[in-house]
Amino acid sequence: MITKRIIPCLDVKDGRVVKGVNFQGLNDVSSPIELGKFYSDAGADELVFYDITASSDGRKLFTDILCEVARNVFIPLTVGGGINTVADFERVLKCGADKVSVNSGAIKNPDLISEAAKKYGDQCVVISCDVKRVGDQFRVFAKGGREDTGIEAISWIKNCVDSGAGEVVVNSIDTDGVKKGFDIPLLKKVCENVNVPVIASGGAGNIQHFIDLFKAIPDIDAGLAASIFHFGEVKIEDLKKQLSKENILVRL
Amino acid sequence: MIAIIDYGVGNLFSLKSSFAKIGYDVIVTDDEQIIKNADKVILPGVGAFGDAIDKLRKSGLDKLVIELAKAGKPIMGICLGMQLLFDKSYEYGEYDGLGLIKGNVVSMKERVSSSLKIPHIGWNPLKIQKDSPLFKYIKNGDCVYFVHSFCATDCEESVLAVSEYGIDVTAVVAKDNVFGCQFHPEKSGNVGLSILKAFCELETF
Repeated sequence: MITKRIIPCLDVKDGRVVKGVNFQGLNDVSSPIELGKFYSDAGADELVFYDITASSDGRKLFTDILCEVARNVFIPLTVGGGINTVADFERVLKCGADKVSVNSGAIKNPDLISEAAKKYGDQCVVISCDVKRVGDQFRVFAKGGREDTGIEAISWIKNCVDSGAGEVVVNSIDTDGVKKGFDIPLLKKVCENVNVPVIASGGAGNIQHFIDLFKAIPDIDAGLAASIFHFGEVKIEDLKKQLSKENILVRL
Repeated sequence: MIAIIDYGVGNLFSLKSSFAKIGYDVIVTDDEQIIKNADKVILPGVGAFGDAIDKLRKSGLDKLVIELAKAGKPIMGICLGMQLLFDKSYEYGEYDGLGLIKGNVVSMKERVSSSLKIPHIGWNPLKIQKDSPLFKYIKNGDCVYFVHSFCATDCEESVLAVSEYGIDVTAVVAKDNVFGCQFHPEKSGNVGLSILKAFCELETF
């Protein structure tokens, strides 16, 4: 059977990985190329590169660097950030990305998912969604989680999957950065409503949180995190060994 | 020299990079002479079967692949490229393949429980059924990366490895000098690179 995936996420701005990374033995701790290789060797099952550049110069640089990353990394690469058109898909796929993650682009233009899925296949299109509780509702937030769109999240995600998104990244704003574990109730609800892989994001603080996630929701496919991997608080190798000990199938 | 056949489907960037990584000269080409002179030939492919086999036939390279296969040159089909090696595919219609390996390509959706997600995407352990020089550097249970919705069946005699996903999914096949991988070795980390390396080290005729 398919193994559960562990995915580090790297935010890239103007060609450098931001949020600081703290590893020994790396010459350049903010080089996407070095970090890509590092995680690939460390047993990551996939890498997500997120372009948080605002300028077009930065975007060009990101694209160039992505090619260099892809030349050196032989695991699946997902790219997100600034994906608003089918041309943006083309731009990053040409550089060796395997999947493209759409967030605000799909809110602005709901046809983007179906157009891209038709052209590149469902497996290539990932819908990434920032979700926060408002009253008793799960809501989609835009602009990096700063703006309430008023859209109900579960039906939104379902619509995106029906339009052709082949995978869903659910980032809980409520649990993100708190390091108290993933948002199990939200993730459970998403898994019950779609039949494509779901990736949990937001809230992982230690190895136990990943064990809790995969035990509470057997249908969840992957756990994504950033800073706990970057700062070495959780080593991917240790995490996978622990998951395996708990009888959760992982690639060792 | 390894020749990756370019017949206008998919992105061959990662595949090319992976051969460079393991230290082999590699060229992406549609030039018959270069393909003929290559030590090994890779038949890649992503997308839909009907579209891919059409393009391969229009390029005239289908005949070359068959000719080289019969002459004993090591050839490896990858993902849809593997599926093209079989007799027939039933992906959105019915299409003839290259007929180099006996078997058919069918939808997984009809064969696995509806609770399983299709496409079959992710890392799945290989269950080796028959030893092969291709497995020189890997072991039973090593994981490889799959992305597909259709799979090869009725090909028992050429199956070298399967992966379990509701059914035993055909993962690696071989008939004499013709090999196929359903998964993406170029995206399967060191295990994938090791399979490509073993393929590159096969004797060339």
